[in-house]
Amino acid sequence: MGAAFKRAKALPMSGKVGLVLVIFWLAVALFGPMLAPYPVGAFVAYDVFDGQSAAHWLGSDYLGRDVLSRLLSGARYTVGLAAAAALLASATGTALALTAAVGGAKVDEPLSRFMDMLISIPSKIFSLVLVAAFGSSLPLLLLIAAITYVPGNYRIARALAVNLAQMDYVQVARARGEGRFHIAITEILPNMIHPLLADFGLRFVFIVLLLSGLSFLGLGVQPPDADLGSLVRENISGLGEGALAILAPAVAIATLTVGVNLLIDALPGRGKGR
Amino acid sequence: MSDRPHVEVQGLVVTARNPAGETFPIVSGIDFALKRGEVLALIGESGSGKTTIALTLLGHARPGATIAGGSIRVGDAELTKLDRGALAQLRGNRIAYIAQSAASAFNPSRTIMDQVVEPAMIHRLMSRAAAERKAVDLFRALALPFPDTIGARYPHQLSGGQLQRLMAAMALITDPELVILDEPTTALDVTTQIEVLRAFKAVVLERGATAIYVSHDLAVVAQMADQIVVLNHGRIREAGAAAQILHAPADDYTRTLMAAARPAIRPIPAKADLPAAAPLLEIRNVTAGYGKIGKDGLPRVPVLRDINLTIERGGTLGVIGESGSGKSTIARVIAGLLPPASGQVLLDGEPLPPGLDGRSREQFRRIQLVFQNADTALNPAHSVGQILARPLAFYAGLKGNAAHLRVLELLDLIRLPASLIDRNIGGLSGGQKQRVNLARALAADPQIILCDEVTSALDTVVGAAILELMAELRRELGIATMFISHDISTVRAICDDILVLYSGTMVETGPRSAFATAPFHPYTDLLIGSVPEMRAGWLEESHAGAAPPPIGAAGDHPDLCRFLPRCAARVDGLCNITPPPRHGLDKGSAGASRILCHHGDESLIPL
Amino acid sequence: MAGASSQSGMKAALTLTTQRFASSLLTLLLVSVTIFVIAQLLPGDAAQEALGQSATAEQIAALRHEMGLDRPAYVRYADWLGGMVSGNPGQSMVANMPVAEVIAERLPNSLLLAALTALVAVPVALAIGIGSAMNRGGRIDRALNIATLSMVAVPEFLVATIAVLIFSVKLRWLPSIALVSDDMTWGEYLPGVAMPILTLSVVVIAQMARMTRAAVIDQMDRPYVEMAVLKGVAPVQVVLKHIMPNAIAPIVNAMALSLSYLLGGAVIVETIFNYPGLASLMVNAVTSRDMPLLQACAMIFCAAYLLLMLIADVTAILANPRLRAQ
Repeated sequence: MGAAFKRAKALPMSGKVGLVLVIFWLAVALFGPMLAPYPVGAFVAYDVFDGQSAAHWLGSDYLGRDVLSRLLSGARYTVGLAAAAALLASATGTALALTAAVGGAKVDEPLSRFMDMLISIPSKIFSLVLVAAFGSSLPLLLLIAAITYVPGNYRIARALAVNLAQMDYVQVARARGEGRFHIAITEILPNMIHPLLADFGLRFVFIVLLLSGLSFLGLGVQPPDADLGSLVRENISGLGEGALAILAPAVAIATLTVGVNLLIDALPGRGKGR
Repeated sequence: MSDRPHVEVQGLVVTARNPAGETFPIVSGIDFALKRGEVLALIGESGSGKTTIALTLLGHARPGATIAGGSIRVGDAELTKLDRGALAQLRGNRIAYIAQSAASAFNPSRTIMDQVVEPAMIHRLMSRAAAERKAVDLFRALALPFPDTIGARYPHQLSGGQLQRLMAAMALITDPELVILDEPTTALDVTTQIEVLRAFKAVVLERGATAIYVSHDLAVVAQMADQIVVLNHGRIREAGAAAQILHAPADDYTRTLMAAARPAIRPIPAKADLPAAAPLLEIRNVTAGYGKIGKDGLPRVPVLRDINLTIERGGTLGVIGESGSGKSTIARVIAGLLPPASGQVLLDGEPLPPGLDGRSREQFRRIQLVFQNADTALNPAHSVGQILARPLAFYAGLKGNAAHLRVLELLDLIRLPASLIDRNIGGLSGGQKQRVNLARALAADPQIILCDEVTSALDTVVGAAILELMAELRRELGIATMFISHDISTVRAICDDILVLYSGTMVETGPRSAFATAPFHPYTDLLIGSVPEMRAGWLEESHAGAAPPPIGAAGDHPDLCRFLPRCAARVDGLCNITPPPRHGLDKGSAGASRILCHHGDESLIPL
Repeated sequence: MAGASSQSGMKAALTLTTQRFASSLLTLLLVSVTIFVIAQLLPGDAAQEALGQSATAEQIAALRHEMGLDRPAYVRYADWLGGMVSGNPGQSMVANMPVAEVIAERLPNSLLLAALTALVAVPVALAIGIGSAMNRGGRIDRALNIATLSMVAVPEFLVATIAVLIFSVKLRWLPSIALVSDDMTWGEYLPGVAMPILTLSVVVIAQMARMTRAAVIDQMDRPYVEMAVLKGVAPVQVVLKHIMPNAIAPIVNAMALSLSYLLGGAVIVETIFNYPGLASLMVNAVTSRDMPLLQACAMIFCAAYLLLMLIADVTAILANPRLRAQ
């Protein structure tokens, strides 16, 4: 714990801001619904699209519900879904990449060819096709987001793993008679962790943007469930008057994604000049 | 006026900033002066600050470093007082720089001519046409091939030795008064180095420019310098006339450097008299390379052709060749990393499966590989203890306390303190890493270790210590060694038998005594003759690197002598038509070697 | 000698280009298989969809036969692919008119929006990228780093909302909905698309600038750059004459990647501003499960992506003397 604190202190200012934002949103995702002042679905305000007030810190939405309460609950969907999907995408992509790196050309070539093909379907388009085919229940959304970002993670992880597989220490391990599994897990994987963590952060950001985009289009999280993107969609009729109900969830998403980005960029070992 | 030095450096301090933001000196207290036309050598190991000092003579400090104090005067210019614009006026004009690795110092996207005339163009010294004429004259003077058209080529189309000479042409296009040469031959093979050194001496130094020559190699410096400054950890250890430093060094550190540069010849340990069993390791008719195997039995990119060798129990075989000769590929074939296209590898008389698949754990254990660069040969994610414990667990099933004790024994064996056991690889020095690298091979309790250039990434002094350690281990443990190197003096000092490889073919093999006495195969002769000796005048006296006599076009026989294009002893109508035979070369009491050449004993003697 | 080598170099470049082109076509073919297969996974099928829940099994079977859905999948794939290639990708189920016509109406709008955005974004991104690379580690560089880093992570609907707040609600300069029709003049058209362009530009500029900076900095650390400085070359010339010839390929690659984003990324912007482009058409196709339309749209986006990548690859081949002059 002390070491983690020391590392956090060594971050540049932008990284500290990012860290605070990330911790804040994790806390909201975990405890948010408990802190909500009103029930999520309750019509509690007298007016729709109310501005900021003491009773409703973030005003009311198009049906007169409390925006803060809805936001605290929506953040759990956004953060939870995206984190799970990013984890699934990274784990799958990296496992396949390691298989390709130690499996030789017979495994690597068809797999890489397939992933290259998937990469040439732009991610938003790919997920739209998947949504059209499968629908958008929560588990399906998670799966769709993960599938969409597996190829990107695979490409990065494979490049890392193939480079590492050429390293002398891997050659030494092969000449020692070590099995492929040992080489992948013990010799190659530990040296990929740092860039993979950064990539995980990036995938998380992409997935947050993708899922809230889908929800915004009405193709993501379906009512009565609502993530942050759904909140923006619900209140789109307030756009013309610049309602807080539309701005608040949009800003919430931005602080989450920008926070993660700032944090990753500040992590040591990311070549930033010097 | 005339006794005022041309270049004078006083009290020079260069500082750098560490990640915590503190500044610290990387060189300090540097004083030296040169008269016009003199050559001063800055010599030292890596981290000695020699390149840092050389760059300050262009008013330049690498990113992160700052010229923090002292004075640097070149002619009438005080470099520490000039702004960026004024410095740019001097650079490439009155002061020129020749970089260490020309292969990466030339812009890959622009033609050679564009880059060579660029200094003359930016400083508006002459017209483009005049500059190109001058460049062609310089190409000719530097003995470059096709001087009239070489300028139209791109860097990737030329060899390292050619690029290094082209870089000299680029430096000299403006007739500078001071030339900085930063390790200009370090990246080159020894047989190319001698050509480049000759060209530099003839053209750079004899045009009367003052020069600063940066090098880690005292013998090279002996050919070029009037004065020598010996550096260590950013400070001057000794400075003086070249002859004094080379023949009567006053400083201990200088003496250590000199001693390390001349490897001591080690006696061959007496071999145990075993019954005439099969040799420990034998390679029979191995041909190997990359890509698909064609109809002629050769892979698409052949690297090794028809290699035969044997290593006795406890014996040491030196494999020598220049970069690209295929010497490392031999080790990869033996270890199973590259299955040969044809031929066999036998361990104790039994053929090994060609690739990794099918080899038993016991077969793996008996052959261990030690790579050149310990930085890349040791997994940075593991600790010293983990690295040494893995072979113990893998081969002997040793775990827990027994493994721990064995790791401690190994550390003791390679003279490293037990406290390093939990250290990560990143926290070790270059020499320590190479010791761990060696210890990992020893942990398998092998019968033979294949050492690929184990000292060439190290500084001379550290490398000498590693060689010392290896000799000791060999005495104590009786492990056979295959020692792959580009450095014939090292190989001659420690190996029982030597194999000389040129472009994938064995050109000469024999006991080491045979490599001390002429005659040699013409390539061996070039290799031995190209190693600089630590005395002035060697460069002029050495016959190595003489231009080959003219011959007619070569025939299309696939087995023609591969050294033909560079051979000083080639014979028209013979060497370019008929493949050379392999035959014995008698050297009297020194023994005999076998060479692949048309020449016999008599015709090779005069070389 | 030089002439001969440059001629054989041209030949090599041509061969490589042809290879890349063929490989792109192959990829596109594989993409079409993938999209077709995914579209077939739809629970139920178009016949059921068209007739609704109350239809009898016989009715559905009859329509299936009429629509050709009872043929084997590979026949339907071949049929569909043939239709795509010949410019007739089928009938849009919802619009009840040929897919080709629906697309022909929207595609020009999308291309125009993308072209205008590229026109704005490319010069700005290049200036920011190269400028911050030259100022590496300095104050401007760090500020731009934070700015672009944040911009790439901001959702488009936030940028759009803020733009609407500023330009429509507060300043009342621009309409919050992009009305487009065929008989508009540029003077009428541009104010309508100003906010979509602005919104798209923000994200694209940030992406492109970051990749450009990385490409330039990657070159700045090479020894040949130090050599150029030590020849007395002025800083601006170092960038223009020495770094750019080597950085051009990665920069073009960065631009192609960012511009490909314009196609798919426009989904949200087109929806917010009601811009009648291809992306919002595709969203409608998803909502109404209009598979023929959806498949055709997806293929167009993939083809555009592959075309951009092909352009980047060919640029890299032409810029690399190793490939140009053998």
